[in-house]
Amino acid sequence: MSANAAPAPDTEEWSDTDATSGGGPRPGAGGWIVRIALAVIVLVWTIPTIGLLVSSFRPEAAVRTSGWWSQITTPLDWTLENYATVLDGGMGAAFVNSLAVSIPATVIPILAAAFAAYAFAWMEFRGREVMFVVFVALLVVPLQVALVPMLRMYSSLGITGTFLAVWLAHTAFGMPLAVYLFRNYMGSLPREVIESAKVDGAGHFQTFWRLIIPLSVPALAAYAIFQFLWVWNDLLVALVFLGGSPDVQVVTLNLASLLGSQGQAWHLLTAGAFITMTVPLIVFFSLQRYFVRGLTAGSVKG
Amino acid sequence: MKLLTALFAIVVGVGGTVALFYGLNYLVEHTLPQRMRDTARPWVFIGPAILIVGLYLLFPALDTIRRSFMDARSTSFVGSKNYEYLVTDPGTRETIWNNVLWILVVPAVSVAVGLAVAVLADKLRPKWENTAKSLIFLPMAISFVGASTIWGFIYAWRAQGQPQIGILNAIWTQLGNEPVAWLDQQQYNDFLLMVIMIWLQAGFAMVLLSAAIKNVPDDTIEAARIDGATEVQIFWRVVVPQIRSTIVVVGTTILILVLKVFDIVLVMTGGRNGTDVVAHRFITEMINNRQLGRASVLVVFLIVVTIPFMISNIRRFREQESAR
Repeated sequence: MSANAAPAPDTEEWSDTDATSGGGPRPGAGGWIVRIALAVIVLVWTIPTIGLLVSSFRPEAAVRTSGWWSQITTPLDWTLENYATVLDGGMGAAFVNSLAVSIPATVIPILAAAFAAYAFAWMEFRGREVMFVVFVALLVVPLQVALVPMLRMYSSLGITGTFLAVWLAHTAFGMPLAVYLFRNYMGSLPREVIESAKVDGAGHFQTFWRLIIPLSVPALAAYAIFQFLWVWNDLLVALVFLGGSPDVQVVTLNLASLLGSQGQAWHLLTAGAFITMTVPLIVFFSLQRYFVRGLTAGSVKG
Repeated sequence: MKLLTALFAIVVGVGGTVALFYGLNYLVEHTLPQRMRDTARPWVFIGPAILIVGLYLLFPALDTIRRSFMDARSTSFVGSKNYEYLVTDPGTRETIWNNVLWILVVPAVSVAVGLAVAVLADKLRPKWENTAKSLIFLPMAISFVGASTIWGFIYAWRAQGQPQIGILNAIWTQLGNEPVAWLDQQQYNDFLLMVIMIWLQAGFAMVLLSAAIKNVPDDTIEAARIDGATEVQIFWRVVVPQIRSTIVVVGTTILILVLKVFDIVLVMTGGRNGTDVVAHRFITEMINNRQLGRASVLVVFLIVVTIPFMISNIRRFREQESAR
């Protein structure tokens, strides 16, 4: 990722009704061309997901013999059987595993990064500048660098295939962005607030928990959404450090192996894919506002 | 039972981290002599972050460079043999060429689509603008594996005479053509995989570009309009120059993401039919072939490509700091 997302805009939420700025005249002469062009793009962008969703509820025989669009002619022929089959076939357990991986792998880096960001923003110590520059540099380092050495180290420690192994890996890979974002956010808090806490006799530790954390919730929430989606959707780290054994396998890995073993069973693949998407979609729709704000405030994971 | 284990794991993981910080703080405040506390305190805060980043990113980066000069099991040094192998191997050359294509095509097209949607939607009423943007943005929440499944279904192929269940072949055969196994077509299958990435990333580009466009001062646009500029001229000569830095940021962010993409290739083609990319080849060498030396060389390649971006990030950070 890049260290900075352009001139930070003030009106970054798209729910703002501020659509009159920056644009041309209201729909008029060229209005229909604009609408049609946009409608075509939106349609092309949406159809793939609709096809998946429709197919996942169609009976196996129907999926095999006709395209999902022909479901319009038999609108009542729906089934949940595909979902039942996939869930029993390991996706259900994988779903729970994904939660067990994603929640700590989101909370741990936020905690560790918030502490570090506070120190970078408000404490004096030697090497502060240099160390922060290292974090900035690490923003773009491909996480592939860690895989060969860490796989070696994990197997000598005997923690390959445990949740701990992936939590720590995700914590490390999410850390540079988190430290960078939080430090910028905390650094912009008014100095008087921190000074007044000091006058009241609070140490750094109390100031951090009682003052800085509550004030930083917008930044922490925006990052939390990213990190959670990133971990939930990750295949690489799960594949290398966690592996495919049923008691730890996560949803992405389950879907990938389904694609490998059942490449033509589209009734199962579509249902499986939709199960992996449920949690991200819920997060997306309920927190879209914060998601957009996070994007525009500091760009994304690298 | 399964649920309980997971819940337990979550509580232990999160609780353990909180306990770690409290414990460290307690140790510093209650066991160290007064004058050492001030020196030690910052390290309670940054210590864990530094430690884990050092352990998982800094040290491995150096270690990977070292291993790239060692044999398959990292037991003895072999000089530049791995590099020679990969430079002379025709498969690798194709892989790197594919990466170049991805780097040239995906960021550019994603930015173009994102920009188009941002500009067009800006001319609609807010309700429709938001709906259109949400739908374009939605794929961002979907994993690469999920997206690959979605598009694999679109590219699905059946022999002639059978019903085509993939929408692309259905349209294609309706037009009177024979069905095509799209992903086997070496001339353009790379681009079919890139479509997936563009589908996922255009929404990201759109969000940032839209925010930047809305930030363009109205008076610059009005001034151009009074001077008689057309809407197209205004876009290219007034709006685009003012959002150039956002375009660059979005483009490089997607570029760095593209460098690391392996999931799409893994589940769509497994790197067959001339579709391999460096990050996927790395997995093949590391896990399937157990060639740690060669795998490390591929990572060194990725590091080298990202160095310019690292330098420009640091430079921009320095500029911001001095401007504070």
